Amino acid sequence: MTRTSAVPTSRSRPLNLDKIGPSLAKHALLILGAAVAAFPFYWMITTSFKEFGEAAKSPPVLWPTSWHLENWVEAWQYPHTLWANAFANTIFIASMTTLGELTTSVLAGYAFARMRFRGRGVLFALLLATLFIPTEATIIPNFVLMSRRYLGWYDTYTAQIVPFLVSIFSIFLLRQFFLGLPQELHDAARIDGAGHLRFLWSIGLPLVRPALVTVSLLTFLNAWNAFLWPLIITSRPEIRPIQVMLVQFTTEGGSRYHLLMAGAAFVILPTLVVYLIAQRYFIEGIARTGIRG
Amino acid sequence: MAAEVIPAKIRVASRRRRIFLENFEAYLFLAPALILIGLFQVVPGIAAFVMSLTRWGVIYERWAWFENYAAILDPSGARFGEFVNALGVTVWYVLLTVPIEMAIALIVAFVLYQGTRGRGAYRVVYFMPYITSVVAAATIFEWMFDANFGFLNYVIGLVGVGSQAWLREPRGIFQMIGSAFGAGLPDSFAGPSLSLVAVSIFTIWHFIGFQTVIFLAGLTNISRELYEAARIDGARERQILRRITLPLLSPTLFFVGIIATVGAMRSFSQIYVLTNGGPLDTTRTVPLLIFHTFFERTAVNGIGLGAAMSFIFVLIIIAITLFQFRVLGRRVFYD
Repeated sequence: MTRTSAVPTSRSRPLNLDKIGPSLAKHALLILGAAVAAFPFYWMITTSFKEFGEAAKSPPVLWPTSWHLENWVEAWQYPHTLWANAFANTIFIASMTTLGELTTSVLAGYAFARMRFRGRGVLFALLLATLFIPTEATIIPNFVLMSRRYLGWYDTYTAQIVPFLVSIFSIFLLRQFFLGLPQELHDAARIDGAGHLRFLWSIGLPLVRPALVTVSLLTFLNAWNAFLWPLIITSRPEIRPIQVMLVQFTTEGGSRYHLLMAGAAFVILPTLVVYLIAQRYFIEGIARTGIRG
Repeated sequence: MAAEVIPAKIRVASRRRRIFLENFEAYLFLAPALILIGLFQVVPGIAAFVMSLTRWGVIYERWAWFENYAAILDPSGARFGEFVNALGVTVWYVLLTVPIEMAIALIVAFVLYQGTRGRGAYRVVYFMPYITSVVAAATIFEWMFDANFGFLNYVIGLVGVGSQAWLREPRGIFQMIGSAFGAGLPDSFAGPSLSLVAVSIFTIWHFIGFQTVIFLAGLTNISRELYEAARIDGARERQILRRITLPLLSPTLFFVGIIATVGAMRSFSQIYVLTNGGPLDTTRTVPLLIFHTFFERTAVNGIGLGAAMSFIFVLIIIAITLFQFRVLGRRVFYD
């Protein structure tokens, strides 16, 4: 995407819409779209710093007349919310999930790309087929599976981590990358006596680093945003993640929107910052796999 | 030389041993992923069907064969009405979101693709909503849709439209528009409720960036030489759009269409946070209905009924996807 730094001449342009619509209108359209995309974030931040009366003013106040940083403190310390706890939970759950998923999908992706074994084709096809088992069908049996009668993981961290230690999308993505490594590299390593594990660790992994970054970021983001499963599988507030905490907070906060927006900002800002720093990995990872949350 | 001395039997045995070890190592690499997928996806997938054949509330009661299916699918069954309503809402939700999302994303991708200045920055901004948590973003929209102080009421007020209840409005939009112009519409033509439209606005906002990025990737994959050749042959821009760009983009369009449809049908979090299926069940899509059946009514056979509903719903999703493959897939051009 960043290749076209110079302004292309009309001839080299692949698709020249200039002749269909003038450039000014084009930019006006794009800016309007960007404003619509970004406005809710702006509204969240400004509302979160307004005084209660000003937040609910009609017509709305676009720029706060005075900035009330104490709103954030009030939201953070709101009765019955355990924000610090929830953040620790989410960071713990998301880190564990990311580490584990990275491990399982590196191993499986490597095996599918680089190892010869009986049933490889069939197994890969079966893996593809499991993509069609949707969450709607599995969520109720998984809930039962977690109950005391079977695994006994209801209301634990384990239940929030272990089922997500594997992702078929990540396996596919890493398999693609491992397939892209030149065969000579592999042969040379074997002649030098390196086994699969050794090759993977010292040669394979460093070479697929961009894929590892993409998988880690997307896994972490998914774990950070997880909502439905933790809502169902936990009941103790002490082990619930931030998304569930936010919903509980909005239910209790009623219509004190300046506080609710501060709560939403707690949840959104960390991911937004990481995204803005590493946006290339996010966007390209998603363009490659087409994951839709 | 040494190999000639070793009897053939032993040679075969050592080769077997090597193949066995190779296989063993590969399965060792695969084991963690396969065990987890089996335990949390394959087994529950099968179990879902078995559970749908039981009466199971807080505890397992008894085997029930197809009683749950009868309750949902038989027009005189106890759950028929709410299931049909949920299906209708789901269909409206798909119709209100998918075509609009795709049209806007396609236009944006086209414009960005031509090498507009600041393309990178636009792409970052358009993609921002997609990476934010649905729950938190929906909280912001709940505030903007607020009936008394919401920003959206202010915006429509600027163009002379009166304040709306948005997420709390169960009336159909066709009926509302009709009555605004003095034409009363019968209830059967009421259309989707304004609250469903509000939920759809949120969904469109959230997913545009995703589709734009995929369309941009699809456009970038089209060979530039094709454009050059067409231009040298004197093709006009409209012709290039119709004869080159759109056909070569059709696999991407098809892919996004299917993913977006399935994704919209399966949406849960945003609806749960914005309306929880209300008002008057006008935003209760099938996933919400399954959740309510399963979670809030576990006392009365919630697991059995919920499993049956999800099984039927999965079959419907598969049928729609296959239909899309047959009808639209034929028009897709693969080079």
